[in-house]
Amino acid sequence: MASETHDAAGQAASTPGLPQLDLSTFGNQIFWLLVTLVVIYFVLSRIALPRIAAVMAERQGAITNDLAAAEDLKAKAVQAEQAYLKALADARTEAQTIVGQAKAEIKAELDAATAKADAEIAARAAEGEKKIAEIRANAIDSVKEVALAAAAEIVAVMGGKADAKTVGAAVADRMKG
Amino acid sequence: MEGDIVQMGAYIGAGLACMGMGGAAMGVGNVAGNFLAGALRNPSAAAGQTATLFIGIAFAEALGIFSFLVALLLMFAV
Amino acid sequence: MATEAHGAGEPGLVFHPMDQFMVKPLFGEGAVGVFTLTNVTLWMALTVLAIFALLVLGTSRRATIPTRTQSVAELLYDFVRKMVEDVAGKDALVFFPYIMTLFLFILFANFLGLLPMAFTTTSHIAVTAVMAMMVFLTVTIVGFVKHGAGFLGLFWVSSAPLALRPVLALIEVISYFVRPVSHSIRLAGNMMAGHAVVKVFAAFAPMILISTGIGLVVTPLSILAISTIYALEVLVAFIQAYVFTILTCVYLKDALHPSH
Repeated sequence: MASETHDAAGQAASTPGLPQLDLSTFGNQIFWLLVTLVVIYFVLSRIALPRIAAVMAERQGAITNDLAAAEDLKAKAVQAEQAYLKALADARTEAQTIVGQAKAEIKAELDAATAKADAEIAARAAEGEKKIAEIRANAIDSVKEVALAAAAEIVAVMGGKADAKTVGAAVADRMKG
Repeated sequence: MEGDIVQMGAYIGAGLACMGMGGAAMGVGNVAGNFLAGALRNPSAAAGQTATLFIGIAFAEALGIFSFLVALLLMFAV
Repeated sequence: MATEAHGAGEPGLVFHPMDQFMVKPLFGEGAVGVFTLTNVTLWMALTVLAIFALLVLGTSRRATIPTRTQSVAELLYDFVRKMVEDVAGKDALVFFPYIMTLFLFILFANFLGLLPMAFTTTSHIAVTAVMAMMVFLTVTIVGFVKHGAGFLGLFWVSSAPLALRPVLALIEVISYFVRPVSHSIRLAGNMMAGHAVVKVFAAFAPMILISTGIGLVVTPLSILAISTIYALEVLVAFIQAYVFTILTCVYLKDALHPSH
């Protein structure tokens, strides 16, 4: 097998052995390699590398600018927040004073109304008492009359003769007791 | 007959030369393994040393390639 | 990968794992001259086109909010730029287009080489050696231009004991000159090895046509193996481009700051 391989390879190549060691092709390879390298070098150094560098620098610039702009916007946002907080605090104190005023007003009104109501109640109460006293006095008088009449009747029924003066005195005495 | 013996010697030599590749394999494994051991101990320093890793691997591997080259020369060029 | 019907009549499996790497003229037969249009030319041209499509056409709208292709291009740009900056330092950014060229070429050549029937330009020593030598020369020249004789301090390890220094210097010099060799062979070897392994497994796949009994086991296994190796190759294609580039950066760092 192995010698077969060797023979076949020997027939295929004009010179047996590694194609890499075939010195007759070296000149050709080196010439085309140098051409290739020079072409690549010029393409890179004249066109490609400056262009890529420019694009990347531009992008870096854009990023820096954007970052600066973002920084600005952030500062503005912080300012706006501060202003907002200040306004909020102001509004709160104002609201506090308004609430205080309103409270005081309401209290005054309430006090006045209470006083008026108290006075009215007191007047009504006095009137009521007076009426009650009247009624009571009337009632006592009526009771005395009835008692006098009843006592005179009772005495008459018993067969006695009672003079009005004694009966009246007795009734008055009883009523006191 | 004489040519056959020369060829036999060349092929035996080519086979022997291939042992060198095993040495290169051990060398590359050694480099990579030690790098990994160091990298796991200090992961923050590992990233900066990958270039050194590849240089080490390249040096270790080049010698294995040389033995392969010797084998090829014996097979085809002698 | 090249699947020519070599000896279609002969029985048995046919192994030609290395045929896919052959450099052939695009038109007609014959010898390969320096300026011949070959499959190398074709696949390198496709690499250039792919890079052009991604990095030039993909970014042509210059959108601030990138499209999908544009963000891939920007990702690659950022990736390599960061690598150069982190590994080699800020003053190495002069070499950024150069390193980016190497990275993109290797990356796209590797990925295009993974297409079936494709030719992998980076699997050839000639190609990778030229790139490695370019890096080597750049590093050496930059080192001497920037630091003069001080660049030689790279080889004189002043933190070592005095007696050891000449020995270390010798080792350092040797390792410095071996750099382009290992740099190029690593890439070419990885590419060649992966593709050859895929090809070897592919050669086992038609086993079922030869013997149904063994074929029922071998053919599904080889197809599974091809898929697995292919997934690994996709990973390797990226990692090798990354490794080539990062080693370039490491060498550049030596040239720019020799007294690390």
